[in-house]
Amino acid sequence: MKVFARVFGLLPRGVGRVVGLFPPRLREFVVPSFAVLVALFGIPSLLNVYWVKIFTQVAIITIVAVGANILYGRVGLASLCQIGLMAVGTWVTLRLEFASGWPLPLVWLIGGLVTMFFGVLVGLPALRLGGLALAMITLMAAGGFTVLLNGFKFPNGGPGVKGLVLSVETRRVLGRPSFVNGNTAWYRFTVVVAVLALLLALVHLKTRPGRAWAAIRQSEPAALAAGIDVTRYKLWAFALASFLTGIAGGVYASSVGSPSPTTFQTPDNVTLFAVVIIGAVVIGGTFSLWGAVLAALLKEFLPQFLKTHLTRFMDAPDRIGIILFGLGILANLILTTRAAKKKGLSL
Amino acid sequence: MIEVSDLAVNFGGVVSLDGMNVTFPTETCGLIGPNGAGKTTFFNVLSGFVTPRRGTVVCDGTDVLAMPHYKRARWGVRRTFQTEQAIESLTLFNNVLMVQENSDTHGRNDRTMVMEALELVGLSALAAQPIGAFGARERRFVEVARAIVGRPKMVLLDEPAAGLPDEETTSLRDVIAQIPARTGATVVLVDHDMALVQACCTTTAVLDFGRLLAAGPTAEVLRNSRVMEAYLGTQDTE
Repeated sequence: MKVFARVFGLLPRGVGRVVGLFPPRLREFVVPSFAVLVALFGIPSLLNVYWVKIFTQVAIITIVAVGANILYGRVGLASLCQIGLMAVGTWVTLRLEFASGWPLPLVWLIGGLVTMFFGVLVGLPALRLGGLALAMITLMAAGGFTVLLNGFKFPNGGPGVKGLVLSVETRRVLGRPSFVNGNTAWYRFTVVVAVLALLLALVHLKTRPGRAWAAIRQSEPAALAAGIDVTRYKLWAFALASFLTGIAGGVYASSVGSPSPTTFQTPDNVTLFAVVIIGAVVIGGTFSLWGAVLAALLKEFLPQFLKTHLTRFMDAPDRIGIILFGLGILANLILTTRAAKKKGLSL
Repeated sequence: MIEVSDLAVNFGGVVSLDGMNVTFPTETCGLIGPNGAGKTTFFNVLSGFVTPRRGTVVCDGTDVLAMPHYKRARWGVRRTFQTEQAIESLTLFNNVLMVQENSDTHGRNDRTMVMEALELVGLSALAAQPIGAFGARERRFVEVARAIVGRPKMVLLDEPAAGLPDEETTSLRDVIAQIPARTGATVVLVDHDMALVQACCTTTAVLDFGRLLAAGPTAEVLRNSRVMEAYLGTQDTE
């Protein structure tokens, strides 16, 4: 256990030493700005189209991971249906855009709001359940989403709301807004959306809901005794997370044009949860959302990197999910041990 | 003023409060009794963690038990816990602010009110520090600050002096003594430290087996032979 804690702890300590050279106020501003600049200009100029596309996917999954990070890392709610909710966002965006032809940003927003509704619905059991029971229920919901989407022959590019076209040739492809041309511009656009999602989350964490979530996570009775409406803030967390996830789903639909149901497999929900926990353990801290970025890198970038650069791991993309899941369990053990120690318990 | 009438709580066959009747006047009141007498259960009923079988608690003309649980703290029912419940990941200031912004007095004066509470407990210099770095003594005072911020109507202190060294108990006593005048709240102090109860409380109520054994001016109550019996046992039990 200690070896793993050390390996997980190494990275932030090393990064921390460099970051520690800046004064705290400047640090809060300089480091994220630098990271955004690297993402916007460094990556497209250093890497080819293939990798830019991978990093587009990293940016989109970052948005989903931010939601999961808030739910589990900040409120303590284990939701295993975030990829399922992303599929809802993708589906709503795709169908609504084909049916209405409205401007895409508006359709993404509606997709986000519809997903928010379903996210809150999934979150309702969380008012009475926690821990493993909630994880099971949300995973069932994710499985339900997968079954439904397959049943509806998702995705399909026919016209209208239900439009079903069986031949690939006549299937419509979802476009991108006219103000983004080419893969690099689209990649930068997704980075901007991800940054906006991170900022929205940060604003929440630094203000009243963030404090209420911290109280609920530590002890629900104590939060109640402090006057916090636990029901409202739990549902608020689900609403925020699923809104962001729905937006990510919509942007993803535009990103790939004709999304495939294989993107939204039920086990993917578990993998996402695992990488979010790893991210939270490696880069902890009250207001740090870097864990979400790391989670997206682990899920989308690492498998492709292994596939390209280490031929021994040729089949890694298929197996990396299992590896990450194992690491996620270890990371969760470390996380809960730390939390227990803080509360004065020994495990 | 808090008026408790016929309050009864049982956990299965175990009777924890058995028709408790008592009135706490608006000042610092002691609530004492042997372990298991029902003191913490009484606090838990007020917080909403325990639903009573029957009975009412009226404070300043409002039926407290009729309110939804989270609204009680907003309205002014505040408490400390025997184990400190400060939020580790937040700073001291945010810990107290969190209570203030979820109370009915939430508004423009939040920051001033938080600083007032921190000054009263003597921790204003540490406002920006995270709670995680605090020792047991500071944490105890953080609990008190969270309970008195804003305009609470009743402040329930559950063994605030437990485990504190004598000199800390003295400074705690000074803080508690100021609460009714500074906030206008009725303070109910549960503690086994009789010196603290005597120093802080003008009136004291004694619980034993979920029933009121005695109530009145603290000095009189502590001299009461039935109270001494409940605490020390009688001589003829051998």
